[in-house]
Amino acid sequence: MGRRVLITGLDTFWGGRMAQALESDPEVDMILGMGTSEPSVPLERAEFVRADQTYSILSRIVRATQVDTIVHTFLVTDSTKAPPRALHEINVIGTMNLLAAAGQPSSSVRQVVVKSSSLVYGSAATDPAWFREETSRTSPARTRVERSLLEVEGFVRDFAEDNPATVVSVIRFANVLGTDIVTPISSNLSRSLCPHVAGYDPLVQFVEEDDVVRCLEHVTRHRIPGLYNVAGSGKLPWTEVAALCGTRLLPLPPVSTRLAAAPLVRLGLIDFPPELEGLLRYGRGIDTTRITKTGFQCGYTTAGTVDNFIRATRLRRSVGKAPPSYTYEQDVEQFFRRSSAVVHSSDATN
Amino acid sequence: MPLPRPAEPSATSPRLSDVDEWGRSEHMREVARRVYDPLYRHWFRVEWEGLEKIPRTGGALLVANHAGAIPSDAPVIMHGIEAELGRPVYGLADYFFRQAPWMGTMWARVGGVPAHPDNALRILRDQGDLCLVFPEGTKGPSKTYTDRYRLRRFGRGGFVEIAMRAGVPVIPIAVVGAEESMPILFRLPSVARALGVPYVPVTANMLAFGPAGLLLYFPAKFKLRVLDPVSFDVPSGQERYSKSRVMDEAEKIRMNLQETLYDMLRARRSVWFG
Repeated sequence: MGRRVLITGLDTFWGGRMAQALESDPEVDMILGMGTSEPSVPLERAEFVRADQTYSILSRIVRATQVDTIVHTFLVTDSTKAPPRALHEINVIGTMNLLAAAGQPSSSVRQVVVKSSSLVYGSAATDPAWFREETSRTSPARTRVERSLLEVEGFVRDFAEDNPATVVSVIRFANVLGTDIVTPISSNLSRSLCPHVAGYDPLVQFVEEDDVVRCLEHVTRHRIPGLYNVAGSGKLPWTEVAALCGTRLLPLPPVSTRLAAAPLVRLGLIDFPPELEGLLRYGRGIDTTRITKTGFQCGYTTAGTVDNFIRATRLRRSVGKAPPSYTYEQDVEQFFRRSSAVVHSSDATN
Repeated sequence: MPLPRPAEPSATSPRLSDVDEWGRSEHMREVARRVYDPLYRHWFRVEWEGLEKIPRTGGALLVANHAGAIPSDAPVIMHGIEAELGRPVYGLADYFFRQAPWMGTMWARVGGVPAHPDNALRILRDQGDLCLVFPEGTKGPSKTYTDRYRLRRFGRGGFVEIAMRAGVPVIPIAVVGAEESMPILFRLPSVARALGVPYVPVTANMLAFGPAGLLLYFPAKFKLRVLDPVSFDVPSGQERYSKSRVMDEAEKIRMNLQETLYDMLRARRSVWFG
């Protein structure tokens, strides 16, 4: 029997991309996606179920569908995407309910994959140049996102300890840049002015969005347990990234940085969430030796990721945003999945 | 909506600077070497003894005594070994440097690395390079002139543990001259607290040269002696080592360095001419 996979946050960027990737995997029998709103990408066979963001109905779904794998992509790693209260609900309460459902006595779940972020390491002057998975952060977590992610990883650790038979994979990704994803960093780099803390030129690491999906697929397919860092190899100074992207640097004062940035953020000139401030001072590097040993290799280096991002930005500037070519319509989707009139390619070959 | 994406990552990913993964820039280092070399040769007139004890290949942890309000020994050792042996030296220093705007960036570009056990381990074991640490930390350079050439406590012996873990020898280097290049008369602890820096010294240089004395060293004659490498017959790669063994080894190295310093001072005729 093939795999039965549950994906959280099907309506979000990562959930949608992950579902699309798994659809082409013949070993996956069934894909079930949960989301608070309708999926925004076309899906062939993934089923969609609407649920509130804290998954209070999850244990019923798990029992009813007998899923054996949960891919938890619905973690907010960008504080501009959700107000503080929602961030806590999604990350902390959501994960808690998810793991509670997965850890029931007669649970069918055999693997849990969590998409975490290198934000859990923080950014401070006392940091090593590369964090290994077991290196502890050197400064207390001050931002909401970091605190909630640390809490999430704590739950996952406890879950792994309580359920030794379940494969638990946690992947900490570096900052993502890519063709489609929009993050505070990508918006800053695609504007004409880009914030920079005067006097600091930190080294940053990026990972390409396709590599993120490929990596999640890799650990899911091969059932690889453990905690892994994933980033494109190499590091770039922030000023060089900005120069490569052709944006000019807007220096913020090294003291009272947030105070000076606040009006500019308000005017929409820059994005400056709290978790970006540390990064723009001290940068962050993560050591990816461990994931490499499992046979995974990022397709893009950090410099390659930036280059790919620039090319996509240039293309978007020329052709503009493509109009949405897909909207989810319940009846149509039901027809394609259920009706006997539809000839499925897999049936046709049998 | 997704943009069409290229089939392959483009082969060329252009760089605009030569800053490497440690934040070092070979170009900036070259400039710094050019600027510093006359100071090294004609101002401090550095003389080495036992330079052949530093291996030509493989990692080694260099430890030295630390002195001078703005320590002049770190650049002397780093530049000396890079110039004489052609091997890069990674100088580990307090994270305070990294915090200071502009200075922190400059410091990283010319080769400074924040002191963290992981960084040292990577340099020594994975890269097989030379790494310089001052086990006294800021207690060394912050001591006043009356305490000159008296080694402070060697931290918690962390440097020995790192060398054990990396499986590399510790090579102690005794430095004479740094103490007199910028002697501290007294410190201003309350100003240091207010500024959030480890110490604020009032140096003899400030009295002699006025504001220029903030950066201008006295032309003390530098003499450096490399001591015999110390190896530990313990398996490398362990998470922890016996604390008593670590402290013993650290203390042995400290005593040896202290004895050597006294020895060198006994032979010294003049602070300025050696």
